[in-house]
This record gives sequence, structure tokens and C-alpha cells, in this order.
Amino acid sequence: MKIKKYRWLLLGLIVLLALAGCQSTEESPSNIADETTNQTAEQGEGKETEESSEPAKKDMILSTTTSTQDSGLLDELLPIFEEQTGYNVKTVAVGSGQALAMGEKGEADALLTHAPADEEKLEQNGDVINRKRVMYNDFVILGPLDDPAQIKDKPVTEAFAQIANTNAIFVSRGDDSGTHKKEMSIWQEAGIDPIGQDWYVETGQGMGDTLRVAAERQGYVLTDRGTYLSLKEMLNDMVVVVEGDESLLNIYHVMQVNPEKSDLINEEAAEAFVAFMVSKEIQELIGQFGVDQYGEPLFFPDAETEGESN
Amino acid sequence: MGLIGEGLIKAVEMLLSGDPELLAITWLTLRVSLTATLISVIVGLPLGVLLGLVRFPGRKLLVTVINLGMGLPPVVAGLWVTLLLWRSGPLGQYALLYTPTAIIMAQVLVSLPIIIGLTTSTFQNINPQLIMQIRSLGASRWQLFIVLIREARLAILAAIMAGLGRVLAEVGASMMVGGNIKGETRILTTAMVMEVSKGNFDVAIALSFILMGLAFLITFALTSMQQRKRSA
Repeated sequence: MKIKKYRWLLLGLIVLLALAGCQSTEESPSNIADETTNQTAEQGEGKETEESSEPAKKDMILSTTTSTQDSGLLDELLPIFEEQTGYNVKTVAVGSGQALAMGEKGEADALLTHAPADEEKLEQNGDVINRKRVMYNDFVILGPLDDPAQIKDKPVTEAFAQIANTNAIFVSRGDDSGTHKKEMSIWQEAGIDPIGQDWYVETGQGMGDTLRVAAERQGYVLTDRGTYLSLKEMLNDMVVVVEGDESLLNIYHVMQVNPEKSDLINEEAAEAFVAFMVSKEIQELIGQFGVDQYGEPLFFPDAETEGESN
Repeated sequence: MGLIGEGLIKAVEMLLSGDPELLAITWLTLRVSLTATLISVIVGLPLGVLLGLVRFPGRKLLVTVINLGMGLPPVVAGLWVTLLLWRSGPLGQYALLYTPTAIIMAQVLVSLPIIIGLTTSTFQNINPQLIMQIRSLGASRWQLFIVLIREARLAILAAIMAGLGRVLAEVGASMMVGGNIKGETRILTTAMVMEVSKGNFDVAIALSFILMGLAFLITFALTSMQQRKRSA
């Protein structure tokens, strides 16, 4: 009797396994490619259509910053790219530092980041190629409503210096992201080393989490405007205290990882993705993104016209 | 408190609306976790029985390593699997990173030691006289294995529940090796982390209710299986 019941249990487990196994084979999304083949042909962009109905290498790894994902921009753009080209984009949203490191190691195919100085280094070393400007928004300094360090509308470096002098709380990403790199360069300009100071809080997390810590601790924080706008309603008593300075421009570039880095890099997909991001149609979409919801765009399209180099 | 209530309402709403993305995430969570647990059971149960019953040199060290593995932080498992699956890593050519398979690998790594460890300690507790008695009745090795498993079924089901609980709860490794890719490797826990960082607390709380509901259903099924056997 008992053995029979035990067998029933075993049977159940086996059925579950079979179920799990079946599902995984069903899931291969080959049908998606078929649907999009026509469109690809119409666009006249798909070189691969001549040989087969879908790209040889379908998957493309896009390593990008958290801000492009957290703002929802990629959710809007990537389905269009996938539909047009038949590629399947795997987005890995990390800080710009890690995104660039993945490019350097050849672990990603395309990068979309906002750390121009470091990107240029990678470009010079031949780690990335075909780097193009895509869009920009700007950084702003947020602070508590009562502005304890009295930095409202001060120049950026002066504002940072005053935060340090008055020991006002400053919350930093501390994660080697593009925003963190920007912040560190401002500290350097101001001649201040904030690391280890009592008033300096490092979260080591993404922009959204860091903004919430700043709101909770009533500290100052450097953020990109896009993430701020998308989280504005839950950041009580936090206001923009410094903005508009030219040094606060936040520029995003798209680039391909040099295919010589690894045999596994999907060069065609990455090339198509760069072309896609700077195409007229997508540039227009970027400019409209967020207007419905926030009353102003989160990113401003910034690609240069065809033929010009960056 | 308001937020929790909102989250609960949101959870019901999301479930009732039959949102295909939510269903896909939930199904993937279930599929990945059950597969990982099943693999751990298939591999871990015989190993645990062996370790519990057979004495050999180096056994103590092995058991120590497995006991250590029972507390293996998922992020550590995730990091190892990542290194293994990187394009520049030994398994790079199979392009497994950022796939559900990668998540399963990491989850097996954290649940396997639990299954082995708990099975080992269970079988170590089995009265050796019982084994002698079964043998003397002329049982084959396979028959002995079946009888012992049946004898220890309570503890084995408990081990399975512990392993399954671990993989359902785990987020660090899945984030690292899965990448939380929409429509491919997004599972309930990683989706929750993402929704929190996006500031969508109500969605995150709703997802937490769904995950806990799922865990409850599975654990309930296993527990009733466990308890019914006892009364039989």
C-alpha cells in the first residue's frame, strides 16, 4: 500500500519534469522571426534575409545603464528594433561602469552608456567601435525643501563645496555608474575628497534607490533628470536646487563592442542597433518619450546627421 | 499599512486581469524553481543516502563541505556560474548566460547541498539493525534503497521543501546570471527588485503576495503528501 502511494508521488514529480521540459522547447521564439521577416525585407536593411528567414545569430546582449531601463525608454524602443530586424535583445541594466567593463571583456555586443570620458578611453583602446551620440538629458542637484546648505542656484562646484563645508548630508550612488563618475569629477573640481566623511552616504545602488535614500535622510543628491521626473511623486520635500549648468549635461552614446574581442560577438546585430538608435524615426520617438506622463521629455534626441563623425 | 492594502488589491487585480506578462513571469518562476529542485533531488537523494549509510575515508570532510554549502550565499553561487558561463569562460560558447538554464544552474548549486545534507543526516539516524533485518530478509540493494526511502519519507519531503523554499526565495543569483531580462529571465523575485527600484511599490507588494501564494500552494501540497503518508 505504502509503496503504491510513494509511486504516485514519484509519478507526480516525473510529470512535473516532463511539463517543465516540454515548455522549454516550445518557448524557442522562432515564430517571431517569421512574422517579422516581411517587415525586414520591406525595410531593405536585413542583409540576412537573402540567406535565410532569420538572422544567423539572433541574440544580442545590450549592456546599458539603469536609467534607460528604469525610465521605461528601452521597453518602448526595443520591441520596435526586434520587430524590424528579427534580432532578440537581451538587456542587462547595470551601472555604466559595469556596462563598459562588460564591453571591455567582450561580454556584450552593444553598449548604451553615459560616461563619455571612459567611453573615449575604450574607443582609443579599440575595445569599442562605431560610437555615436544618441541623446542627452541633464543632471540636477536635488535637496531638501529647506536647503540647509543654502546652495540654491549656486554654480555646481561651489554648491558641492558648500555642502562639504556645512556638513550637510550628501547621498552618493557609490557604484561607479555614469552618475557616480560625474559626481566624483565635480568633487575633484571642487578639491574635496568626500569619501569616508560623516556627512557622505554611499548607497552602492541604482538611481531610484539612491533617490529614496536621499529623500529619507533629507540629503542632497546628484541625479539625472529623467529618473528624478519618473520618481518625483514619491520624493517628498525634495526639490531641484541646482540645474542648468552646462557641466551638468548628461550625454548618452551607443556603440558596438569590437568584434575582434570574441568570436561570439554578434557584430551584425550590434551594428544594426547603433544604426537603429540614431535613425530619424527613433530619434523622434526618444524626443516624445515621457511627454504624456510627465509633461516634458525625459531625454532629448541628439544624434548627429548622417555622414558626420562624432 | 495603506500600501500593503493597495498591494493586496493590486495583486488581485493583476491576477484577475490575466496579464500575460505576469502569467509568464509566474510560470517561469515555477518552471525554473521546480526544475532546479527536481534536479537537486535526483542527484542529491542518492548521494545523501550513500553519505548517510556508507563509511569511507574523507567522509567527514565531505559532509563538512556539504554542510557549509547548505549556507552558500546565492550571490556566491551566481558569481561562480557567471564566471563559468561568460563568453571568455569555459562554457562561454554555449551562450547560456542570461537564459533560464543559467538560473537553474545557479539554483541547483544552492539547493543541492540542502538536499544532500538533510538526506545524509536522516539516513545516518536510521537504525543499522533495521538495515540488517531488511538484508536478512533477502532484499536486493534496490529494494533496500526503496524501503529506506519510504522509511525516511517524512524527512525527505522536509528536505525537498527546504530546497524548494531556498530556490523560490533566492534573488541574488538569478539577478546575476539571468539578468532580469523582460520576457526571458524575469522571475518574481527579480521583478520585485526592479519594481522597487522603479518606485512601483504597489506592484512589488502585489508580486510578493503572488510569490508567497505560490510558495504556500506548493508547500501545502507537499505537506499534505507528507502528513497523509504518516496516517496511512
